[in-house]
Amino acid sequence: MQPSLTHSTDGNAPPAGRQSAMALLARAESGELDAMLARLAPVPASADLRPPEIGLVMLRGRTGGDGAPFNLGEATVARAAVRLEGGATGFAYRLGRDASAARKAAVLDALWQDATRRPAVDEALDPIRARLAEEAVRLRAETAATKVDFFTLVRGED
Amino acid sequence: MYVAAKGGEKAIRNAHALLAKRRRGNRNLPSIGLDQIAQQLTLAVDRVMAEGSLYDVELAALAVKQARGDLIEAIFLIRAFRTTLPRFGYAKPLDTAGMQVRRRVSATYKDLPGGQLLGPTFDYTHRLLDTSLGQGGVGGEGHEGHAPATQPETSVEAEPMPRVTDLLGREGLIEGAPEDDGTEPFDLTRAPVSFPVDRSTRLQALARGDEGYLLALGYSTQRGYARSHPFVGEIRFGDVEVIFEAPELGFELSLGTVQITECQTVNQFKGSATTPPQFTRGYGLVFGQCERKAMSMALVERALRWQELGEEPGAPAQDEEFVLSHCDNVQATGFVEHLKLPHYVDFQAELDLVRRMRAEHEEERREAGLKEAAE
Repeated sequence: MQPSLTHSTDGNAPPAGRQSAMALLARAESGELDAMLARLAPVPASADLRPPEIGLVMLRGRTGGDGAPFNLGEATVARAAVRLEGGATGFAYRLGRDASAARKAAVLDALWQDATRRPAVDEALDPIRARLAEEAVRLRAETAATKVDFFTLVRGED
Repeated sequence: MYVAAKGGEKAIRNAHALLAKRRRGNRNLPSIGLDQIAQQLTLAVDRVMAEGSLYDVELAALAVKQARGDLIEAIFLIRAFRTTLPRFGYAKPLDTAGMQVRRRVSATYKDLPGGQLLGPTFDYTHRLLDTSLGQGGVGGEGHEGHAPATQPETSVEAEPMPRVTDLLGREGLIEGAPEDDGTEPFDLTRAPVSFPVDRSTRLQALARGDEGYLLALGYSTQRGYARSHPFVGEIRFGDVEVIFEAPELGFELSLGTVQITECQTVNQFKGSATTPPQFTRGYGLVFGQCERKAMSMALVERALRWQELGEEPGAPAQDEEFVLSHCDNVQATGFVEHLKLPHYVDFQAELDLVRRMRAEHEEERREAGLKEAAE
């Protein structure tokens, strides 16, 4: 499923595009992140602001779909925070337990924040964007093939 | 009183080694990969995630493998694992209206915006065993020539899929969902439950409750125990985005997607002094493709609302304390299965007691017999 996030709820808005870049980094496979880093080489050395770690986020639903929230159950999440040598800090939160992928995503988030490197990072995200779009199209087509038109019959009871 | 038993270490060690051996089975056969379990036993994995109350496909697959396919044991493993991890926080409520739908059906409207999408369902199958799944050769599933599902070539535009209850709600024919007044919902993983509880707490308990238990209770409501004439307004299954506001960043992040099943039932309500007759609703929401569970949950959730809706109590499915106290299969299995652990001292005490009572009984009978003979 493609990320939809383009908004922020408060005044602390990130630079335009960072949320969608981070959403793609959260959905990238570990190998895709490796490919991005290779493509963007050389990447400055990075230090952990917070060592990559695995934890839980409690997911919520809404009563009736649109009502008061309730706690549905947890999901595993890997997160990391890094600082690039002489550069920005980067963060990553991803569903799952791949801590090293979270660290790679955090490095890429830090690179994205360097205005001079941003276009290259955005471009390197293209294959992930394309894969997600392709998956969404395929899923929609497969599902649409199962669309039914039920019709009701008038029973012959005159 | 529980008195600990000691000893048996060697036997336990050997039993666990034997368990590992039996779990592995015949070593001439390849070991099952977690990806195979995740891909081919998807619904078992989904159930473990739902009742383990932890969304992680790979971990659930591991648990299924380690538990030799015993899903309650697998759920237990997942629940134990989650206690080892820190909690980063609470996500924003999932938006089921924005779901990328893999299946969506309504039993109340045949034509509805977005249409009815059967998706991957067992419905309408003939329930005949497909022997080709067990064959490796030509005609078998493992064979390359085995027909794959036809791939539709056409590209389909994304269509909005409003929830059926939203459609009914526009006409005022159905009650609205309880409003979000900004109150933090109760979290039963953080604090003990004390009855009575609110609807959010019930939903959390039911969402992680045992499928079989909820199925039986839901069934009982259909058979007349807390009858409320349900229709399935809608069932939808698909992918929803997880959005989380990281405290250190101060803005919302999209962490990826999870698959969930949502069921909305539409039930009768005759109205009250203050409310005109309108439909009421029950709600089910479950991790993964767990349709039977989502439906059962919605039936039970609706039955538990008897007081709020001014209905007659008396059926098992309406008894909040009974329903919620027994729906957790890890708690239930823990208490039931502990009975097989050593209770030697307890039992010795009971044995002594029964022997003493029998002796007294015998004594009384003898005395009564003597008395009778004397009269």
